[in-house]
Amino acid sequence: MAFREIIMRADNITRSFPLAGGGKIQVLKGISVEIPKKSITLLRGRSGSGKTTLINILSALDYPTEGRVLFKDQDITKLSEGAREALRRKEIGIIFQSVSLIPIMTAYENVEFSLRLAGYEGDRKERVEKALRLVGLGARMHHMPQELSGGEQQRVAIARAVAHRPKLIFADEPTAELDSGTARHVMKIFKNLVEEEDITIVMTTHDISLMDAADKTYVMEDGEVVKNG
Amino acid sequence: MDLMESIRQNFIDEDRWKYLFDGLMTTLLITIFAVLIGLALGFLVAIIRSTYLKTGKLKIANFICHVYLTVIRGTPVVVQLLITYFVIFGSVDISKVLVAILAFGINSGAYVAEIVRGGIMSIDNGQFEAGRSLGLNYRQTMQHIIMPQALKTVLPALANEAIVLLKETSVAGYIAIADLTKGGDIIRSQTFSPFLPLISVALIYLVIVMFLTHLTGKLERRLAANDRR
Repeated sequence: MAFREIIMRADNITRSFPLAGGGKIQVLKGISVEIPKKSITLLRGRSGSGKTTLINILSALDYPTEGRVLFKDQDITKLSEGAREALRRKEIGIIFQSVSLIPIMTAYENVEFSLRLAGYEGDRKERVEKALRLVGLGARMHHMPQELSGGEQQRVAIARAVAHRPKLIFADEPTAELDSGTARHVMKIFKNLVEEEDITIVMTTHDISLMDAADKTYVMEDGEVVKNG
Repeated sequence: MDLMESIRQNFIDEDRWKYLFDGLMTTLLITIFAVLIGLALGFLVAIIRSTYLKTGKLKIANFICHVYLTVIRGTPVVVQLLITYFVIFGSVDISKVLVAILAFGINSGAYVAEIVRGGIMSIDNGQFEAGRSLGLNYRQTMQHIIMPQALKTVLPALANEAIVLLKETSVAGYIAIADLTKGGDIIRSQTFSPFLPLISVALIYLVIVMFLTHLTGKLERRLAANDRR
């Protein structure tokens, strides 16, 4: 993997949260990761290992207590909130564990909405349809979210996250609520995206069976990286 | 005295029907503008209250709103009307109808606020997350994602509030406004026959309320059909 270009680098990230009764808890204890371009990077660990906290920091949803996150030669932790919002709108796609589609919009409208927000300048209709076909939902694009199964909804969320051609996709446990067959399907879609759309994917999981789909894996335990390869 | 004679005496003689007709117009005028004020005020208060509950911002504005809600919902609307007319505008030469519009509008705003706040708070927190992950700030998330969903939920309750308000304006006679109720009462005092004028007044309210309830039901069914789309 050494020959690959690095798209994002995090140096010595720590994150502590204040506790209700005073004092604080340190969730991340000095983590450094490198995300190679055009790859799937896995952050694996049990719940409580800090992987969600880390992915929130990498995706500009949260700030580290210390450390920096370099993306395109700038430290994104130093950017203004407005600049970080623009980053999330245009260069980053985010997928959550529980699907967060907008329930009053069809699959098509959900994807189109994120394209509009990103200020996508091409043929929006063509792009939305392409994104939905990419996740295998070409035939169901005008359905409402509640008419789709959990796996289908998650695939709409993936289409929404990739439609505006972000450089980086962050997915927090995207397969946790799916059965193993659907989970494998989602991983295949991810692999496809990396190849066809020049996208880099960072995802967390506690599922060991997904390891072979990854180009790089960081195993986290108690706020530290214990293994990487 | 037979019925025809009674009808002639109560409604035809001296054009007494005009008391009911003019009264109805006044009632509708007060209701329509009070509903508009109530909606504007209610949405403003609801947004301030839920922003405070969600983000902890707008503390002082939230406190003011809290006082407003407590006072308005804790006192009878007749008392509020009397205070508005005799105390607040006591020394000002101002149209009584305008005073009634203000008093009923401010009163309704408190109830609208609680309905709308309930609607906003009922939207899943994942939707705020979705907004953030799409790169929207709090205001944009509210505008594009939360409010459209909340509005849909509360629309029937808001329609119902308008119906309640229509009936509540019947106390406008307390500040000598010749609304529908007062109109019927004036006829009664002139003809000394209470039955026909008061029953007519009741029937007119009933017909309007039934009509509005019918429309609300239709609206609700359409919203439900939309959900199943």
